[in-house]
Amino acid sequence: MSTKVCLWTLDHPNPASLETYVANGGYSALKKILAEKTPAEQIIEQVKISALRGRGGAGFPTGLKWSFMPRSFPGDKYVVCNTDEGEPGTFKDRDIVQFNPHQLIEGMVIAGYTLGARAGYNYIHGEIFELYQSWEQALDEARAAGYLGKNICGSGWDFDIHAHHGYGAYICGEETALLESIEGKKGQPRFKPPFPASFGLYGKPTTINNTETLASIPWIVKHGGQRFLELGKPNNGGTKIFSVSGHVNQPGNYEVPLGTPFAELLEMAGGVRDGHRLKAVIPGGSSAPVLPAEIMMDCTLDFDAIAKAGSMLGSGAVIVMDETVCMVQALERLAYFYFEESCGQCTPCREGTGWMYRVVHRIEHGQGRPEDLDLLMSVGGNISGRTICALGDAAVGPVHSFIKHFRKEFEYHIENKRCMVGD
Amino acid sequence: MPHIEIDGSEIEVAPGATLMDAAAQAGIYIPHFCYHKKLSIAASCRMCLVEVEKAPKPLPACATPVTDGMKVWTRSERAVEAQKGVMEFLLINHPLDCPICDQGGECQLQDLAVGYGASNSRYAEPKRVVREKELGPLISTDMTRCIHCSRCVRFGQEIAGMMELGMPGRGEHTEVMPWLEHQVTSELSGNVIDLCPVGALTSKPFRYKARGWELSRRRTVSPHDGLGANMLVHVKDGRVYRAVPQDNEAVNECWLADRDRYSYEALYSEDRLTRPMVRDGDRWVEVDWGKALAQVAGALKMLRDTHGGDAIGVLASPHQTVEELHLLQKLARGLGSDNIDHRLNHSDFAADAGRAGAAWLGLPVAELSNLDRVLLVGATVRKDQPLAAQRLRQAVKAGAQLSIIHAADDDLLCKVAHKLVVKPSALVQALAQVARALQEAGLDVGAVAASIGGVAVTDAARAIAGSLRGGARKALLLGSLAQQHPRAAELHQLAWAIGQASGARVGFLSPAANSVGAQVLGVQPAGGGRNAGRMLAEPRKAYVLMGVEPELDAYDARQALEALRGAEFVVALTAFKGAAPDYAHVLLPIAPYTETAGSYVNMEGRLQAFHGAVKPLGETRPAWKVLRVLGNLLELPGFEFDSAEAVRAEALPEGEATVRARLDNAVEGVALAHPAPVEGLDRVGETPIYQLDPLVRRAPALQKTADAAAPEVWAHGELIARLGLEEGGQVRVTQGEGAAVLRLRRDDRLPVDAVRVAAGHPLTAGLGARLGTLSLERL
Repeated sequence: MSTKVCLWTLDHPNPASLETYVANGGYSALKKILAEKTPAEQIIEQVKISALRGRGGAGFPTGLKWSFMPRSFPGDKYVVCNTDEGEPGTFKDRDIVQFNPHQLIEGMVIAGYTLGARAGYNYIHGEIFELYQSWEQALDEARAAGYLGKNICGSGWDFDIHAHHGYGAYICGEETALLESIEGKKGQPRFKPPFPASFGLYGKPTTINNTETLASIPWIVKHGGQRFLELGKPNNGGTKIFSVSGHVNQPGNYEVPLGTPFAELLEMAGGVRDGHRLKAVIPGGSSAPVLPAEIMMDCTLDFDAIAKAGSMLGSGAVIVMDETVCMVQALERLAYFYFEESCGQCTPCREGTGWMYRVVHRIEHGQGRPEDLDLLMSVGGNISGRTICALGDAAVGPVHSFIKHFRKEFEYHIENKRCMVGD
Repeated sequence: MPHIEIDGSEIEVAPGATLMDAAAQAGIYIPHFCYHKKLSIAASCRMCLVEVEKAPKPLPACATPVTDGMKVWTRSERAVEAQKGVMEFLLINHPLDCPICDQGGECQLQDLAVGYGASNSRYAEPKRVVREKELGPLISTDMTRCIHCSRCVRFGQEIAGMMELGMPGRGEHTEVMPWLEHQVTSELSGNVIDLCPVGALTSKPFRYKARGWELSRRRTVSPHDGLGANMLVHVKDGRVYRAVPQDNEAVNECWLADRDRYSYEALYSEDRLTRPMVRDGDRWVEVDWGKALAQVAGALKMLRDTHGGDAIGVLASPHQTVEELHLLQKLARGLGSDNIDHRLNHSDFAADAGRAGAAWLGLPVAELSNLDRVLLVGATVRKDQPLAAQRLRQAVKAGAQLSIIHAADDDLLCKVAHKLVVKPSALVQALAQVARALQEAGLDVGAVAASIGGVAVTDAARAIAGSLRGGARKALLLGSLAQQHPRAAELHQLAWAIGQASGARVGFLSPAANSVGAQVLGVQPAGGGRNAGRMLAEPRKAYVLMGVEPELDAYDARQALEALRGAEFVVALTAFKGAAPDYAHVLLPIAPYTETAGSYVNMEGRLQAFHGAVKPLGETRPAWKVLRVLGNLLELPGFEFDSAEAVRAEALPEGEATVRARLDNAVEGVALAHPAPVEGLDRVGETPIYQLDPLVRRAPALQKTADAAAPEVWAHGELIARLGLEEGGQVRVTQGEGAAVLRLRRDDRLPVDAVRVAAGHPLTAGLGARLGTLSLERL
């Protein structure tokens, strides 16, 4: 069995408990750096070597992000964990919080130590409220055991973590909207610059990382950046949890090394459901462009290979579709999601997502017009790259890619006012 | 200093500037909606996208800081393509109902759509419809037209100081709305109309009255508070249809208070006096000017000849122009009377003997925004000078410490560092504590030193003194309540001492448009004459009134009315009838500010002249002309003027320089008695914001606002309990022989032994002194 960085506790009884975690070497990384007073630069260097890239979707190198933080800035600084897992298809962070909360706590405390932060926040998506409660329990356990709060592990250093739960808005997963939401304001992305590293939570320097990213930190500190890198492939260090959903026999979370061929992952998930064949895959959550089966079957799962193939590894949400899927209907559902979840702040996204949805809806319902596909490409082009945050681009990704790869199905729909598949 | 190239021309810009700033500097217009120079950057409309070298995407000019060597194209193919794309998005859900939209012809969206919009829409779906919102009597909504620029929301938070509008909802469901069941109540609310780039927020009184292109714009100056906001009145067919701000960074910036914006409606009030009238027994008859003026001249001459000039009292409003006030004081003195005053609502004139010049702000208006220490004494500044309050709010936001000594802890919508809230009769004592605290700290408080030795200093006073000792740019400002106070002279003397000791400049927040002008021009006794208080307490045989309604304006309204009713002859030069038929013998219709040329001197001593915007209504005449003819009829020398400018040249030979030479807030020789505060309940009797002068009293839309609600009796909960009264019930308020029955309301921001009952309102005109004592009883 291959190494697991985040979901290894599932191989033990009581995976979420402090006992299980500590019995298997948990919190030893934290104890070590506190005892040795490891300089922050050293930790950041290891994270850089590890080639850990942001697991929330953008894939930004974590070590580089950490180096932006003005650690010597006087006054408060914060570490924020983004567990606002709202991307359709993604369900990995909830498993980390549910089955291995202490590794996330350890990762956040190490991040707090490294970045000179005063406190950490974990923003938990509103639709997984039970996790908010179990997370609070884990924090209490960690505090009682001296891994969190005042005088951590007897080091004299204080750092605490607060839980914050959202109310289910997708946009609050955007890091600056998330900050606004923690501050009690309407969750709307901020214009950047300034970036959170200089003006973040409550206007203080802040580093925001995804749950899986922070949960990987203790492993890196314990085993060294080089070993983490070697788990994956160059520039794509470590393992990655893939949330496989759709038309497979065994949907679920699979933690595999980055660079694993897609075909292998598909096999782990039990293959395409019986009697059907693979048609298309959205490899990185709903905002990643869709890829047809033939391209996908040749792909390995890492940031660079998927980008080369014309999509994004994103959050690692692999949505598998077999030949029974009507691509028009699938796109209608995706377009509706972005239309409903646009925050409404900036013009192209507020107006454009609704426009795109209505046109796709029209096509799906037999009222499409020949010029609609060009219109969709053009409207998408007017949104893409012109908005405050990436939601605009995310909304356009599916529209453009569905039309690019499955144009014939759309044309058939417009012409025949019915589906090409399923008849 | 970074150098950048913008549309091919190279310029040097200030560090930290945005591309929008740089473009403005280069004279290049970048289309925009959400950007506004006075508001925070939202960067949300995306209309100002421009092309920047090496940037993969177009960038919003409003939010992109310049960097050295940047190359920017605002009209390149890529930039214009992005701008056109945004314009298309803005228009897909916009109703395009320009023909029935009040904003038509002066709409930023309409204008830019001409440049960036297509002639046909590619959007074939049904458009969004948004439910209307009720924002109150001043602002009309058509929320379907909203383009979500959020300027109105940011204005509330950042300028008005209260977030009355918000943007709940997400995506297409985002709507601008007030709090549930609330309207907009800010005294600056009308500015959102100017800020709204489309027809979503428009002026309710102006709705469907005229088109922008039918209106001519005339520059004028607001006749209300002492700020002297610059504005444009919009005129069609000889009638004023609305008022909008005229930018002046030194005065009102780009804002107007609602009072300035909506008072124009009163110009066409049914109460306007449009023909001269004389009393004939119990009847009033309209007469021609010749007859009316002859009667006035005859009566004044006769009374002067039989009783001497001292028998004549002259009361003028500080909302009248420089020219009018100058001729009036000239007329009074020509008649041998030094009984002239504009301070009807004052009660203590003792400082007159010890002052060197006219009371003014003590600093330029613009510096209010940059102070770092402020002490407000007896100032209800949000209601009295709303735009000055706005400037102080900006100063506090930038880090200033603002402290108050007042008879009410009203919400200033900004952080207050320290406060001493006491009943009016304890104000002198409170201010003395601050002086004493400075003295204790080793500072020289000058002549008051001897009289404050025994003052016990509270922690709050010590904190205020401590605050004033710090900072570089600091001011102590006396508000209306301090100026009207029965011991105003002592307050002034103590303020001056505190200013001298701490280095704070001492100033007065002028209540009226020409308060400073009236003093500079000598519209108050200069040679032993009677001031306003004495003129009314010691009734005269004749009164000449100009622009005043003493039954509302006077410190003791009841006493004023008695004096006027007992006089042998009263002539009222007025734009409105009001209650004047009750006590006057001749009514002369004079022009309000829009119908005459004139000038005002604002609180900082700025002389601001204006022309008449429209012709006088009916037989109305500019007051300077009326006074000129009256001077001729009375055979007084020096009344041969042909224009308002000629009058001004005589009144202020060096113009503003003459004004400045006469400004001085120094005072000396006022004895400090500091007796114990008066026993019993003090009245806090201020003029409500929309009762300031005859114009606002008659402005229908303003009179429908919450601020214009009928006066009620406001008292601390503890006092209500102590007196066994019932909140919400009717109570009888008694002041000497005067009484009124009003509803009792609770306000725990008042001192326990003070009761707030507004003055300057018909319902409370029967009461006595504004800051006197009163009693309450259950009805």
